[in-house]
Amino acid sequence: MTSSPLIRALDRSAVTFILVLVAIGVLVPLLNLLLPSSSFWHVPTYLVALWGKYVCYAILALSIDLIWGYCGILSLGHGAFFALGGYAMGMYLMRQIGTRGVYADPIRPDFMVFLNWPELPVYWYGFQHFAYAALMVLLVPGVLAFVFGWFAFRSRVTGVYLSIITQALTYALMLGFFRNNFGFGGNNGLTDFKDILGFNVQAQPTRAALFAISVAVLILGFLICRTIVSSKLGMVLVSIRDAESRTRFLGYRVENYKLFVFTLSACMAGVAGALYVPQVGIINPSEFAPGNSIEAVIWVAVGGRGTLIGAVLGAAVVNYGKTTFTSGVLAPYWLFVLGSLFVLVTLLLPRGIVGTVRHYWAVWHERRDAANARAAEAAPKPAE
Amino acid sequence: MDARTTSALLYLDAVSVSFDGFKALNDLSLTVQPGEMRAIIGPNGAGKTTMMDVITGKTRPDKGDVYFDGAHDLTALDETQIAELGIGRKFQKPTVFEMHTVENNLRLALKADRTARATLAWREADAEQARISEILAVIRLGAVRKRVAGSLSHGQKQWLEIGMLLAQDPKLLLVDEPVAGMTDVETHQTAELLREIAQEKTVVVVEHDMAFVRELGVKVTCLHEGSVLAEGTIDQVSQNDRVVEVYLGR
Repeated sequence: MTSSPLIRALDRSAVTFILVLVAIGVLVPLLNLLLPSSSFWHVPTYLVALWGKYVCYAILALSIDLIWGYCGILSLGHGAFFALGGYAMGMYLMRQIGTRGVYADPIRPDFMVFLNWPELPVYWYGFQHFAYAALMVLLVPGVLAFVFGWFAFRSRVTGVYLSIITQALTYALMLGFFRNNFGFGGNNGLTDFKDILGFNVQAQPTRAALFAISVAVLILGFLICRTIVSSKLGMVLVSIRDAESRTRFLGYRVENYKLFVFTLSACMAGVAGALYVPQVGIINPSEFAPGNSIEAVIWVAVGGRGTLIGAVLGAAVVNYGKTTFTSGVLAPYWLFVLGSLFVLVTLLLPRGIVGTVRHYWAVWHERRDAANARAAEAAPKPAE
Repeated sequence: MDARTTSALLYLDAVSVSFDGFKALNDLSLTVQPGEMRAIIGPNGAGKTTMMDVITGKTRPDKGDVYFDGAHDLTALDETQIAELGIGRKFQKPTVFEMHTVENNLRLALKADRTARATLAWREADAEQARISEILAVIRLGAVRKRVAGSLSHGQKQWLEIGMLLAQDPKLLLVDEPVAGMTDVETHQTAELLREIAQEKTVVVVEHDMAFVRELGVKVTCLHEGSVLAEGTIDQVSQNDRVVEVYLGR
């Protein structure tokens, strides 16, 4: 009966899912790098970048599913943590430009020179080091989520009120980042990146590597989430989701549990943002827009909340739909499609794609077992 | 606060609670001795559930003292701290974790380290499994241990919740309307179950069902408009004129 937490986390569907991800993470970069572009199996570089973006969204969706699907915390501002992670990475990439910028200033990024800032602000110090930037990718969203959650969960702000406050949080950050004197490039954000760890961000091998790394991080994030939800802690989270005050009366410190998953989830979202920025080549304040956060929640709802795999699938499916839709004549109607998708899923498919499949799978198994049991009962009757 | 002020396990003195002017508890005083089982009766709105809320930290009293085990001022603690002290509560409406299996409901209630770190590192242990089986036998749910709690019948949910109380291993059990919605057979079995539990624990039962209260055969307190109307054996209380007038009816 005794099993290590990791083995418990890896049930059959989890293992299958990880194998599929590994295959994608290995095959896509190889098919891009090794095959000539004339080959049928060749994956063009623009697709590698596009799919890499989906993978980052999938990590964000995973982080939302952990808190929403398992603990009932509906954050409508998770895009804020994603964007903060993205900005931390963007700052590193800006510092790598050096004298190759338009104004060729070795220290200050272009927008600072343009704004006549005499020197680099203190909070930009250290970002020329990758390790420091990587730390900030985790730390900035993590600390913000911790402080926010500390106040919100201790004051027992729950449900729709919490969702509204998270919206306000990301909106406030968006307004802040839009301002030039905030020191993050204002409206234009951070862009025109050159190198990451000495490799050209535009180069084909770098893009392929970024894709592979993103998939690896997705697998790691999935493993972390699976380990959590299959432990007793995961049971407590579901209990909090379904009957919060009951859990409290059992003696569990509900606010500590919420704070733990919320902070962890924000760190994951931050990492997703950090991987996203070098692949899309820009980060600007519109990433903080409340609409982005809501869209991410829709991915999870479509895929099936509380399933983890569904979150990943939902992010991929909805974004594939978005890409297809917004590149044709139907582009102006995408938001209507997204909105109706959410309404339809809520009404007709409340369990989401993966949740519904799992449900009918279980029902089918139950029926089959019941039928087998009946057959076994009927069979042994001896003939006259 | 000096060591012990009272020998009672539960001590309420002149407790008042009002909601928007409505006095839910009005100078309520009540003591429960260690090892005792006490039944609380009274009409709707008499303050029975509010009393439970005050004891478990859900509601803060406007005035009055509430002490547990003579030394713990319950008015200064929150739900989690009070649960840790050893007060378990069963709610009026059965609240079990519907998505979890019967077994896991008990597992979550079992006395253990409640920190997030401990639950993350948790591993199944034989001792834990044995204790769960023991409780399942007591609450007669062994056959459905693997089922999700949401699929249980109403009566089974009530028992599961009592089982969760047992798993917590509290010193004091507060049981709110354990037989509401139960068949006669189930009611009888529940009375048996509670009497069994009361051999080791202190139990306070709130109930409307007079036949059930009679079957418990313990000291009865009748509440009315937020204070104690009568106290004594079931026969004494049910012959009290005021109790007959406001609660039992003629």
